[in-house]
Amino acid sequence: MTGLALLIPVALGLGLLGLGTFFWSLKNGQFDDADGAALRILIDEDDPL
Amino acid sequence: MTAATPNRNPVALPQTEFAVPGVRCAGCISKLENGLALNPGIAAARVNFTAKRVAITHLPEMTLPQLVKILGDIGFEAVPIAGDMTDGTQQESRQMLQAMAVAGFAMMNIMLLSVSVWSGAQGFTRDLFHWISALIALPTVAYAGRPFFRTAWAALRKGRTNMDVPISIGVLITTALSLFETFTHGPHAYFDGVVMLLFFLLTGRWLDVVMRSRARDGVSALLKQTAAGAMVLGEDGKTRWVEAKALLPGMDMIIASGERVAADGVILQGQSSFDLSLLTGESAPQMASEGDTIHAGTMNIDNPVTVRVTAAGPDTAIADIARLMEQAGQSKSLYVRVADRAARLYAPAVHTLAAASFLGWMLAGAGWHESLLIAVAVLIITCPCALGLAVPAAQIVVAGALMRAGILVKDGSALERLAEVDRAFFDKTGTLTLGRPEPVNLADANAEQQSILLALTRASRHPLSEAIRRALEAASLQAATLTAIREIPGSGVYAMAGQRVVSLGRPDYDVAHAGMAALLLIDGQPALTVHFTDQIRKEAAETVAELSRMGIESSIVSGDRATAVGPVARALGLTAQTSMLPEDKLDAIARQKKAGHHILMVGDGLNDGPALAAGHASIAPASASDVGQNAADVVFLGDALSPVATALHAARRTQQIVKQNFALAIGYNVIAVPLAISGHVTPLIAAAAMSGSSLIVVANALRLRAVVR
Repeated sequence: MTGLALLIPVALGLGLLGLGTFFWSLKNGQFDDADGAALRILIDEDDPL
Repeated sequence: MTAATPNRNPVALPQTEFAVPGVRCAGCISKLENGLALNPGIAAARVNFTAKRVAITHLPEMTLPQLVKILGDIGFEAVPIAGDMTDGTQQESRQMLQAMAVAGFAMMNIMLLSVSVWSGAQGFTRDLFHWISALIALPTVAYAGRPFFRTAWAALRKGRTNMDVPISIGVLITTALSLFETFTHGPHAYFDGVVMLLFFLLTGRWLDVVMRSRARDGVSALLKQTAAGAMVLGEDGKTRWVEAKALLPGMDMIIASGERVAADGVILQGQSSFDLSLLTGESAPQMASEGDTIHAGTMNIDNPVTVRVTAAGPDTAIADIARLMEQAGQSKSLYVRVADRAARLYAPAVHTLAAASFLGWMLAGAGWHESLLIAVAVLIITCPCALGLAVPAAQIVVAGALMRAGILVKDGSALERLAEVDRAFFDKTGTLTLGRPEPVNLADANAEQQSILLALTRASRHPLSEAIRRALEAASLQAATLTAIREIPGSGVYAMAGQRVVSLGRPDYDVAHAGMAALLLIDGQPALTVHFTDQIRKEAAETVAELSRMGIESSIVSGDRATAVGPVARALGLTAQTSMLPEDKLDAIARQKKAGHHILMVGDGLNDGPALAAGHASIAPASASDVGQNAADVVFLGDALSPVATALHAARRTQQIVKQNFALAIGYNVIAVPLAISGHVTPLIAAAAMSGSSLIVVANALRLRAVVR
């Protein structure tokens, strides 16, 4: 029983953390340009103007 | 960009969005962003690759044409995007996604707790788990259920019912009863079922929204914004750029050749020919000189002219067409989607069944508590989980497949309506034909003439020159070296090839009988006349034949003259109605509608706009006017006409799959409902049945991936 008292809050907390992160990234525009993000890693930015 | 430039200005700078269809790779992104950042008037630029757009933050004094020119100099054709065209669906899709994420989170956690209840947790543990489930489920239902509650309430207030009404009633009653069970230490709580139901249904909704917003992005990337404005001659003799909506009667516009007219007006100075095809469907350009009226949306082909604005904005001929379109589109909004039609039959049946099982068990002597539990089990088993996925899952799979083939479907109801058509009307100019002049006798020219032609046409922006240039460049020819090239608007291009004078220009004699032509003169050689026709699209005949095999009768409705329509109609073996005004096309559709036919309208021009809006379903090529593309349900890319048949095939196949999905969903009910009524359904069985049937429906929809060959 004491195990449950610890594990259930932990499980819920981790789930909530994931949900919060998802909301944050959605709000931050992380999913606005999924295809572009995949291509941007190819751009060399060593040489700023 | 490390230095603190004025870009960090705290004052909010204006931001303008452009569609840049040419962005195809990582290199394009950096080229565009870095190239724009070099410009002192531009503070920041960000490319959205998925939507093929770039958002530019710039100084207020930068005008639209300046920005377009900067983009053009970097090497990208760009089109300004008017206002916030896509914001609505983006917002909606984000809300759906958020609701879905919440429902998904809650579903997983409640399932975790439910598994131990199903595997035999007793007494205090069971009560505790039910309580935690309730704590998770209640806020979830309140948050994730809103989209359903809102539409259900809106429908109920109007005395109607839709799919959301049984969903909302089912969700609310089941939640209330589960809560009661939890209070009274009962063995069964349906929190997992409720949340799972919401999750699956939200998935269906979200797919529907994603499909619409993706197609809308695709279409807005194609829009050309016919005329965003005009160069206006001020009183001080200087010219300045004025946007179309700021044009006022009495202003004098200077319209360069190749430019679209932004407002109705009267020519003050100059003489030129105008391409009216977008407005009337007529393929041959018309001459207009001083004192003649020209309309917004037509294109100036030859010479620059000065035009005094007589009507702008809502008073122009274009705006009249837009009003006609709005009225014509109203009948389309009355269309009831398949899922809602199913719900009209389904919802009363479900509620009667639930009520009947409650009464039945009460009469049979069971207590009200047990009877209510059984009634709720019936409700949750019949809740249209698979039904909710049946339609959107199939439609998004097909829309994805079609999009890869270059066919953009605006929304799900378009596919449903497309599957019902039994008669097709085709516009001629730009729809059955390519809508642009193509040289027909370039093979008559010898190698030297061809290379001189290429060099001359490269120096000119005249539409006929561009047609020759495209054709010759496709044959990868070497251009001759010319000197002293000059273009005299309205007359032609002149140059020196070594010691000889060469020119390409308007033929002196009347060639009206042969359509458009251009005359190539080279000193010491016989003259060559290049003839042009508006060619029929590739695979047009095959498409028409395919349509008739599908039982769809085709005919032509054109605004062009009978002499111009005749050859096309004969070549394709179609009947044709000619010289039709936009109103006439509407009448033709209305007559067929009255006779009980479902009309597919395929058209491109402004003059087709009302007909496209009025047709049961409508298709436009990507070369169509903005009005045409906005009014059409489906937009296809490329020069061939075959996408029309492909789209119809795909739509009919989708409808078959949707019907199969309905059959599957109903078949599952036939098995599960007797179980529920007899009181054998536990939360475990409900959860298994619900997810099982949903998976089967989605798997069946995935078969549609291969529908577009």
